[in-house]
Amino acid sequence: MKIVFRLAWRNLWRQPRRTWLTTGAMIFANMLLVFMISLQFGMYSLMIDNALQVFTGHMQVQAPLYNDEKKMRQTVPNIVPLANAIREELQSDKVAARGWAFALASSDDRSFGIGIYGVEPEFENNVSNIPGLTSLGRYLGDNDAAEIVMGSVLARNLHVEVGDEITLMGSGVDGSFAAAVVNIVGIFDSGVTDIDRNIAEIPLGFFQDTFFMEGAGHQVVVFGDGLAAVPELKSRVQSVLPGDSDLVMLDWDALQPGLKQAIQADMSSAFFMYFVLVILVSFSVLNTQLMSVLERTREFGIVMALGLKPGKLGRLVILETAMMGLLGVVLGVAAGALVTAWFTTNGLAFPGMDEMAAKFNLPARMYPQINALTLLAGPITVFIFTMLASIYPAVRLHWQNPVDAMRVA
Amino acid sequence: MSAVRCVDLCKTYRQGDQDIKALDHVSIEIDKGGFVCLSAPSGGGKTTLLNAIGGLDIPDSGEVYVDGQRIDNLSKGDLADLRLRQIGFVFQAYNLIPVLTAQENVEFVMQVQGVATSERNEKAKEILKEVGLEGLENRRPAEMSGGQQQRVAVARAVASRPALILADEPTANLDSKTSDGLMELFTELNENHSSTFIIASHDQRVMNYAKRLVRMLDGRIVEDIDQRAA
Ligand SMILES: Nc1ncnc2c1ncn2[C@@H]1O[C@H](COP(=O)(O)OP(=O)(O)OP(=O)(O)O)[C@@H](O)[C@H]1O
Ligand SMILES: [Mg+2]
Repeated sequence: MKIVFRLAWRNLWRQPRRTWLTTGAMIFANMLLVFMISLQFGMYSLMIDNALQVFTGHMQVQAPLYNDEKKMRQTVPNIVPLANAIREELQSDKVAARGWAFALASSDDRSFGIGIYGVEPEFENNVSNIPGLTSLGRYLGDNDAAEIVMGSVLARNLHVEVGDEITLMGSGVDGSFAAAVVNIVGIFDSGVTDIDRNIAEIPLGFFQDTFFMEGAGHQVVVFGDGLAAVPELKSRVQSVLPGDSDLVMLDWDALQPGLKQAIQADMSSAFFMYFVLVILVSFSVLNTQLMSVLERTREFGIVMALGLKPGKLGRLVILETAMMGLLGVVLGVAAGALVTAWFTTNGLAFPGMDEMAAKFNLPARMYPQINALTLLAGPITVFIFTMLASIYPAVRLHWQNPVDAMRVA
Repeated sequence: MSAVRCVDLCKTYRQGDQDIKALDHVSIEIDKGGFVCLSAPSGGGKTTLLNAIGGLDIPDSGEVYVDGQRIDNLSKGDLADLRLRQIGFVFQAYNLIPVLTAQENVEFVMQVQGVATSERNEKAKEILKEVGLEGLENRRPAEMSGGQQQRVAVARAVASRPALILADEPTANLDSKTSDGLMELFTELNENHSSTFIIASHDQRVMNYAKRLVRMLDGRIVEDIDQRAA
């Protein structure tokens, strides 16, 4: 073993209690960081999943500019065959075609402007949680039936119930007048007021007839295997798009830009807290190393007198810190991973979370998410900062004169 | 070429409002293979002179040459290299490294020099045996007596066979028998390896072994005797 390594290691254990206290602070901070960051990312992915499961999906196929302008004529032609082709390519049912239109919905005594999705009843429940949230009546069945499901607030505003009829009036894809009478078969309750007040769904076949779509629609929603797989998902979907089409593929990020922004805002406030923690730990390391250098002044004088250069001694101090830091990372990550892993399987519930969860249609327990990033980001930052904290005690040695140092009792 | 040459060295320390001349225009030349005893009463300037020769301390004025090279104007790093490669030190307080065993302390200099493990192991064992510490190789300084620590310090200084050995009171804590043993070792190294020895001591025994006796008083050389003639 190299002499500097041996010296560094033995020096650490001259004051085992102090070394353990400092290392303990690092271990604790690292453990906390692993757990908090994992929990935070678990929460984000829960947020994202929930947001995407309403309508957005992992990605959508649309006509160019449709996402920004939402014009009725910006269509995806032959949308059902396209959706079928994508299902075929992906070997997955988590694909559904939709149309989207604005209409005036009128009951006997009231009228409201609403947004209407034309959906494939057979597949919509694979890409959206709205079908599952239909709490009164039933969800749509026949693709061509004159049926509608609507949000609970809208039903209340229109003074209608399951079994009633309403009329829809709007304009078709060619600008001509479109109208239909539909039967209310179900009422859904998503917990999101905007959706419950403004949105209704009718079968895609009926939608296409009513709005003169001629086989077209506005979006094909696709879910893949998680957010990380979205780029691969896009390239597979790309392969089945008609060669001459100018259709675009938009991922969840482009479809819901607010989501990522909200997460980033939350992240920066959380990361500020973590940063404070890291700085506190670094100062404790700085204090320890400064003390341990000061009390070894005489000894350092000897080795310098024997011909060890101050730079090498500085490296010794840095090495000692690195050993301590590494111990902190290894034990901290291990402890953090253990704690986090337990909660990953058992979940974590906060008091009052049940209520919130029921209201916003979230699971009642949070599950932290462990991956390389959540495991290592915190501890590595702690390590880097502790190394920075060792620079000052190390550099100080350059001003030390061996004779003076040896004089120190 | 001489092993050490000092020209007009001065070093003044300030203690309170008093100036203390630790070295007062000291000039001395020591030949290669010399065996010099520096003798002076306490406070006479022995340690200060040894430190100046070893590049541990820079004199206020004057010049120091070691092996023909002027060293009082070298950088810290170059001085460290000089000490590592050419000079063996026995400090006045034995000054061992507390976390290392006797054997490791002796090997330390060689290890920093980059001597191969097996070679330095062997040398360290051999030299520890010569200073009478066989069997204590694995003790740490705290587990040894003052005299034993002293001998480890001596072993460390001579183990790498430096050309110049500066020893500050190496026999201070030793009984007469061990002192004699140590001086025999020094003499043997001096004769067989032509190492130059400069030993600060007021121990009569050391003075007897020395080929040359230099007496100092209040930072000045007051007597310089060639003892071989006698
Ligand atoms: N760092 C210092 N600060 C102030 N005075 C010093 C310092 N080092 C040495 N001196 C003074 O310089 C003089 C010479 O000291 P030096 O250590 O060279 O003496 P010495 O001959 O080695 O004595 P001893 O036999 O006691 O070791 C002494 O008067 C001492 O007090
Ligand atoms: Mg002295």
